[in-house]
Amino acid sequence: MLQIKDLHASVEDKSILKGINLEVKAGEVHAIMGPNGSGKSTLASVIAGKEEYQVDKGQILLDGQDIEELAAEERAHKGVFLSFQYPVEIPGVSVTNFIKTAINETRKAKGLEDMPAKDMLKMIRDKAELLEIDRKFLSRSLNEGFSGGEKKRNEIFQMAMLEPKLAILDETDSGLDIDALRIVANGVNKLKSKDNAVVLITHYQRLLDYIVPDFVHVLYKGRIVKSGGKELAHELEEKGYDWIKEEVDA
Amino acid sequence: MSKYTEDDLREELKTKEYEYGFFTDIESETFPIGLNEDIVRAISKKKEEPEWMTEWRLEAFKVWQAMEEPDWANVNYTKPDFQAIAYYSAPVAVDPNKTLDDVDPDLLAMYKKLGISVDEQKKMNNVAMDIVVDSVSVATTFKKTLAEKGIIFMPISEAIQEHPELVRKYIGTIVPTTDNFYAALNSAVFSDGSFCYIPKGVKCPMELSTYFRINQGGTGQFERTLLVADEGSYVSYLEGCTAPSRDENQLHAAVVELIALDDAEIKYSTVQNWYPGNAEGLGGVYNFVTKRGLCEKNAKISWTQVETGSAVTWKYPSCILKGDNSVGEFYSIAVTNNHQQADTGTKMIHLGKNTKSTIISKGISAGKSQNSYRGLVHVSARAENARNFSQCDSLLMGNECGAHTFPYIEAKNKSAMIEHEATTSKIGEDQIFYCNQRGIDTEKAIALIVNGFSKEVLNKLPMEFAVEAQKLLEISLEGSVG
Repeated sequence: MLQIKDLHASVEDKSILKGINLEVKAGEVHAIMGPNGSGKSTLASVIAGKEEYQVDKGQILLDGQDIEELAAEERAHKGVFLSFQYPVEIPGVSVTNFIKTAINETRKAKGLEDMPAKDMLKMIRDKAELLEIDRKFLSRSLNEGFSGGEKKRNEIFQMAMLEPKLAILDETDSGLDIDALRIVANGVNKLKSKDNAVVLITHYQRLLDYIVPDFVHVLYKGRIVKSGGKELAHELEEKGYDWIKEEVDA
Repeated sequence: MSKYTEDDLREELKTKEYEYGFFTDIESETFPIGLNEDIVRAISKKKEEPEWMTEWRLEAFKVWQAMEEPDWANVNYTKPDFQAIAYYSAPVAVDPNKTLDDVDPDLLAMYKKLGISVDEQKKMNNVAMDIVVDSVSVATTFKKTLAEKGIIFMPISEAIQEHPELVRKYIGTIVPTTDNFYAALNSAVFSDGSFCYIPKGVKCPMELSTYFRINQGGTGQFERTLLVADEGSYVSYLEGCTAPSRDENQLHAAVVELIALDDAEIKYSTVQNWYPGNAEGLGGVYNFVTKRGLCEKNAKISWTQVETGSAVTWKYPSCILKGDNSVGEFYSIAVTNNHQQADTGTKMIHLGKNTKSTIISKGISAGKSQNSYRGLVHVSARAENARNFSQCDSLLMGNECGAHTFPYIEAKNKSAMIEHEATTSKIGEDQIFYCNQRGIDTEKAIALIVNGFSKEVLNKLPMEFAVEAQKLLEISLEGSVG
């Protein structure tokens, strides 16, 4: 589904990604871990198509198609979803109105009519239930005055609504207490299928107790320096990142 | 009395000196440019007005001649040459006696282009409409339905003839001819507009609406609206404005007077979309408007405006809260893009006891535009327990535009409670990217953010116009992000 080949990327002329290779197949869960400043969030932003990020070399293929030239919204229309580490506030725009717009814009891009209001309502109700979201929450302004946990839950709610092919979850566990973490993780697990893929970006292995990855990659200084199964995450939890840094820097 | 025709006027003016002769084309009849007593008289005569009206105009003209154009607003423009404007223009196909069905099909096609099919408005929206093109009122729908309730809704030119006692009693009482330069000019030369009277205790069953349109080049539009809500009555009124693109600056100087007698309520909504000029700042309408309402005891006036058009806007819809317990509200969205300039706000004059006012102003600036809020909250010495809440929010797009806030507060009574809140924010790249990532393109993302920002005011508009206003916001900001 997603193939990243020798990806080099920079922001404001500062080179951050220095040759990433990664293949994610449908039905798989990948975890990308690494110390602060290793380029994890940059990788997420580059895949999602944030303009400030410059691809200097390499390719990102989605279902075999190079998406380099596609705008962020076009990538979204193709099923790329990014759960933001710091979701932005949009005052005066309700959660419902926002997601309705997102869904209908995506449908429009595919040449479809707006989703009938009745179907939209039902879908919203079902997904809110799945994620244990209070209905009142949906009429609040997007992320305005939300707690950290509410923001992240709202991200996963949008993911549930948009049903992406490839979901990238950037530090979704940060700022969550244990109950919120469980709810969010349960949600992601329920949304997982053999047709979609999840990339978890995380600093800690805590989230991986709930969402079990098929593969774990360690990102350091803009490269994937180690890959393995879920046991690699446990090893990192025990030993920290220093031994990897030493291995690489040696 | 025989009808005063174009020929009569031509004859009359033959001996006088005018740089340009008469301008008439197939669709429209226009007075020669320039302004003097004869033109004022000619307008009055054309309208077959009674003498008191002619005298009132001439008095206003005298006042105007002695006045200077104000320059305290935060706007820069080349002052109009008042002798280079034609003060009367009318589509010739219009005959005031005709019904809507007889209206020139070309005119109707124009309304359709404007998105206001009169027919549709009539049937679907339950909205009674008056349409003023250039200087003349073209069609007033629903007159009969309204008449059954005793509601008078007609072009002011007709009201002067049919209800002179009402017009004479109220015209100029809220905005006197001496009020300001543009109000004086309007009083002298206004050619049409709407008049509305709601009798005691009557709740007007439908939205009343006027659509203004400047069509002819080289003309100004000076409409006058007078709305009287008698004791215990209610009316919701909407005006919309458009003009075609022209390289020259066209002048629009309107006066609106509202009178809400005891226990009456008036809701007055405006969607202003005069031509704003092109992207380089060429052309566009100068929108210099005086709007004011008077509240008697327990009365309420609510102004809601969505201002997206005009090259220069100078406009302060105000409330005089004369009666005890009266309420004034001002809800405004002003959008400026490219080289547009807007200096708009309100005045809330608290005279009575326990008077309340609310001001919610949302300014959106893009391009190289300048957007100013200017407001006055005045509490007089006798106004015990006056309350005001003001909120002025500005949203900036890009780095070349400006947002300014000039709030004035004068409190002469110690019991007054006045609150003022203000915020300034900018549409962030992060917000746009967030929307993009959810499949919403940048243009739509801006519309969404702007609509969210303006929501408190949009919610105050009647439903069908809220939708129109939302679309208008979208269109006005098109291409504002590169």
